[in-house]
Amino acid sequence: MEPAIASPSGPSWPWLTCLILSPILGAVIVAGMDRNRRTLAWGVGLLSMLVTLGLALAIWFQFDPARGEVQLVERHAWIPSVNVEYHLGVDGLSALMVMLAALIVPFALLAEWKRLGDPAAGAGDLARPGTPAFVALLLFLQAGMLGSFTALNFVHWFLFWELSLVPAYFLIKLWGGARRSAAANQFFVYTMVGSVTLLLSMLAVYLVTGSFDLIALAEKGRTGELASLFSLKLKWYGLSMRTLALVIFGGALLGFAVKVPLVPFHTWLPATYSEAPTGVSMVLTGVMSKMGVYGFLRILLPIFPEQMRWVLTPLLWLAVATVVLSACAAFAQRDLKRIVAYSSINHLGYCLLGIFAVARFVDSNPQWTTEKAAVLNGVLLQMFNHGLTASALFYFVGLIEQRTGRRGLEDFGGLRQVAPVFCGLMGIALFASLGLPGLNGFIGEFLIFKGVFPLVTWAAAFSTLGLLVTAVFILTIMQKVWSGPLETRWSQFLDLTLSERLVVIPALALMLVLGLWPQLVLGRINSTVLQMVEGLKL
Amino acid sequence: MFAWTIYLSFSGVACLMALKPEDVRSARLVAMVTSVGGLLVALVGAGQFNPGAGLTTVAKVPWVSALGLEYHLAVDGISVTLVVLTGLAAVAGVLFSWNIEFQTKRFFAFYLALIGGVYGVFLSFDLFLLFVFYELAIVPKYFLIAGWGTTRREYGAMKLALYSFVGSAMILAGLLAAYVVAGATTFNLVELAKFPFPRGFQMWAFPLVFTGFAVLAGLWPFHSWAPTGHVAAPTAASMLLAGVIMKLGAYGCLRVAMTLFPLGLHDWASPVLGFASWRDVFGVLAVIGIVYGAMVALVQRDFKFVIGYSSVSHMGFVILGLMTLSVIGLSGAVLQMFSHGVIAGLLFAVVGRMVYDRTHTRVLDELELLGLNRALPFAAGTFVVAGLASMGMPGFSGFVAEFQVLIGAWKAFPTLAVLAGVGVLVGVAYTLRAMQKAFFSASDLAPTSAELAGAELAGAPAPALEPVGTMGAMGSGHVGPSHSVAAARAGEWPERAALGTGSSGPGHSGHGLGDISIPERLGATLLIALTLLIGVYPRLLLDWIEPALHSPLMEQVLKAGDR
Repeated sequence: MEPAIASPSGPSWPWLTCLILSPILGAVIVAGMDRNRRTLAWGVGLLSMLVTLGLALAIWFQFDPARGEVQLVERHAWIPSVNVEYHLGVDGLSALMVMLAALIVPFALLAEWKRLGDPAAGAGDLARPGTPAFVALLLFLQAGMLGSFTALNFVHWFLFWELSLVPAYFLIKLWGGARRSAAANQFFVYTMVGSVTLLLSMLAVYLVTGSFDLIALAEKGRTGELASLFSLKLKWYGLSMRTLALVIFGGALLGFAVKVPLVPFHTWLPATYSEAPTGVSMVLTGVMSKMGVYGFLRILLPIFPEQMRWVLTPLLWLAVATVVLSACAAFAQRDLKRIVAYSSINHLGYCLLGIFAVARFVDSNPQWTTEKAAVLNGVLLQMFNHGLTASALFYFVGLIEQRTGRRGLEDFGGLRQVAPVFCGLMGIALFASLGLPGLNGFIGEFLIFKGVFPLVTWAAAFSTLGLLVTAVFILTIMQKVWSGPLETRWSQFLDLTLSERLVVIPALALMLVLGLWPQLVLGRINSTVLQMVEGLKL
Repeated sequence: MFAWTIYLSFSGVACLMALKPEDVRSARLVAMVTSVGGLLVALVGAGQFNPGAGLTTVAKVPWVSALGLEYHLAVDGISVTLVVLTGLAAVAGVLFSWNIEFQTKRFFAFYLALIGGVYGVFLSFDLFLLFVFYELAIVPKYFLIAGWGTTRREYGAMKLALYSFVGSAMILAGLLAAYVVAGATTFNLVELAKFPFPRGFQMWAFPLVFTGFAVLAGLWPFHSWAPTGHVAAPTAASMLLAGVIMKLGAYGCLRVAMTLFPLGLHDWASPVLGFASWRDVFGVLAVIGIVYGAMVALVQRDFKFVIGYSSVSHMGFVILGLMTLSVIGLSGAVLQMFSHGVIAGLLFAVVGRMVYDRTHTRVLDELELLGLNRALPFAAGTFVVAGLASMGMPGFSGFVAEFQVLIGAWKAFPTLAVLAGVGVLVGVAYTLRAMQKAFFSASDLAPTSAELAGAELAGAPAPALEPVGTMGAMGSGHVGPSHSVAAARAGEWPERAALGTGSSGPGHSGHGLGDISIPERLGATLLIALTLLIGVYPRLLLDWIEPALHSPLMEQVLKAGDR
């Protein structure tokens, strides 16, 4: 990343502020509504999300892909005494994540429409009064995520990172499944532990640099100035420079490792995803988990590349463990939602594998630049693809649960006979998740492995086991749920209704488009990726 | 201008004295007008205050010339911040005492006397005057708790008074010693701070005076008056106790002990038990307070005790910030005083006024059954916001304050910074636990879609299957055993809410459960707006506080931090 800011004067119109304010405004309006105005709340919420999507598209097209650096910058003093600024901007990575958040959240709201709109669904918690609260919290969550994807000052970023936790917590706690409270508390406390260590680490960084500016800090990290500053300015208990820098790096790492999650910090995730209501699971896996990967790319990798290099081998082992163990765990699950949850960990494991691999020290051979660029392009693409695919899968599992009240792998069989369209469309999402060429999941994983193989061959080789097991458990789902004899009690299983098809087809279409024409995304992110690779050189 | 905050409060007391005891309405009105007047005066004064100008004298007249006593009021940025806090807390306190029916006139008279004393402490720059106001603030406190309190109020009030007086005795001894050593000519803080007290003298005078004030700031292990006092006090008094009175102690630590005896913060000749200076000792005690307070709050059964111990924990951050002896840590400490004043006020208002006055129980296990998030949605919402602010969420005032304290602590005592981080985490845990038990438990007992659907399917494995949406209608057709269980559970749940309504009891000020009155809404909105405002735009206060920390008065203190 270049330290220079794109244009010092900044754009005339504060696009990014509007982008964040749009869901907040919607949330405030919806929150003020009477608890029984379900349809109105839902409509206003959707409208506000569509406005946000429009703004995100405007930003996507305004972003100049030829210059990969941070653009549309807004920068104002906030707390001058501690160098905290209101500092927003997007590069290719941010723009992609903004698009993802703007797409997935309305998808999630539409997914909840059935339960929201149908007062007769007396059993559904959403049908209890309080739907406006649900919509408002979802909008707040979106605002928090958009804010964290565009912030360029650590404190500013941290504000949104933490604030997005709160709506997520209440969405799970108030509308989740039977063990929602335990799941919500576990989720909140785990993430808070990571947040506190991250905060402490970044405060130590501030103490030695006097800056919270992520771009300026990246420059200091790149030149190795940061580590020497640690030993120069902090003389804690005679710790060596290396130990000190590693301790601080470890605190920051934990914050993101919990969020993504990296094995062994993942234990909150299956419970949380499976207890959350469908729409919320979609947002959690589709966008919120990307906040963690985004943190790796925006904060950890640029600011601590040296420290990452020092402990590269253990980090790669953790990434390999994440990929392989989560795939195996998914295979062992008997609950569809938990399978999808573990497969989420698996897919984000590839992202982490790629990120750790590009941190490797290489000689000046230009071939490495190509490989690293391939990996990072793959990581970004994988983030977007996984967001799309995993939320679609949660949507389908949610539909099954809504129709039958069950989501056990063994509860079904032969559903293809009664619901061919349902199974066909769900098949597209499953195959995308599996990484079938022609669908979106393939390109991302392919690019990651293409680059990781030459960079760290052994890690890539072990990780292919994850690909294999993924194929096995996804095929198991298809076999157990769709094939075999049809149980009589499911003979009335409803095929996808028209409205459900309308909800899911755009997502599936996007999967196909990205699978066949990945340039749509790669074209926007490539120069940013090249700059990131450039930033990793000593 | 600022002096009128004191005069207004005491004239309010005089007005109340003149009222007839049964004239409840006028008593309230007088209290309201006086406290709003005080706030307005404070705000106007703050508007006129120029932070760059340093110490601004408000009033200075000789008092007892023979002893060198003066009536000397002055402000710097720190005083302004705390005076504004006092004004705000006073108004909020009146709003949350609107339902006091028992001897209203006397209640508000003590209340305003207390406020007047607090204003006095924050404005005095003559140490004798400061001490007089300090004592003046403690006496009404005793009567407020003993007269209008709840659980074990005599005990709580007496404990508070005894602790305070022991602290006061220590302060008085230290101040008199300083007065005598400096030549027995003046009590003026600015003059005394210039006097070069011998290092050996400062080494014992500093801990004496600091501890004396820190007792009132809830420093561990002298904190134990705080939870019992908070719990025993009536709502408005708890709000003031946590919101303002504890700040008196912290303010005294900074303004008197540290300013007068900065050499007391320097390293000792040789370390004792691993401590190199009094600074280390108090830093460690502060962090013990943070972690211990949070852990004890985690296991309380009484809702108000949770908040009481959380105050101990949060005040630990103030003391820790003071001991960092850096501009950033000190400004964090002052900001934390303000922030905690607002947040603790809000928490006590929810627990004492909104919940306890209606349910007549504070036992978390009993509140658990009432489904208060349905019965009192406003109280639940307020507590959620206050809880988030209290656990240090960014966007609320507590975050900015704790964040600055932590930066300062990282530099001064890295280990303590990490332990304070642990305290923050335990803070998250006890806040979530209290929130869960007091407000959200009953909704967990309501059946979920999955349970209902599961029961439906188990009870009636009908060949025909429809989406869950229509199954409610089908349910009446075939009632199996498990279905009726689900129905019973579903039916049970509105009854619980009804139970909650019933338990508020007839004849209690005409308030039913679920009826949050207008004054309460106003007060809560005021405090929430404040914590958000300072959280989002802390410069409002930092622009006052930071110049004050760069003033000559603080020079020696900051120098003691460069070790």
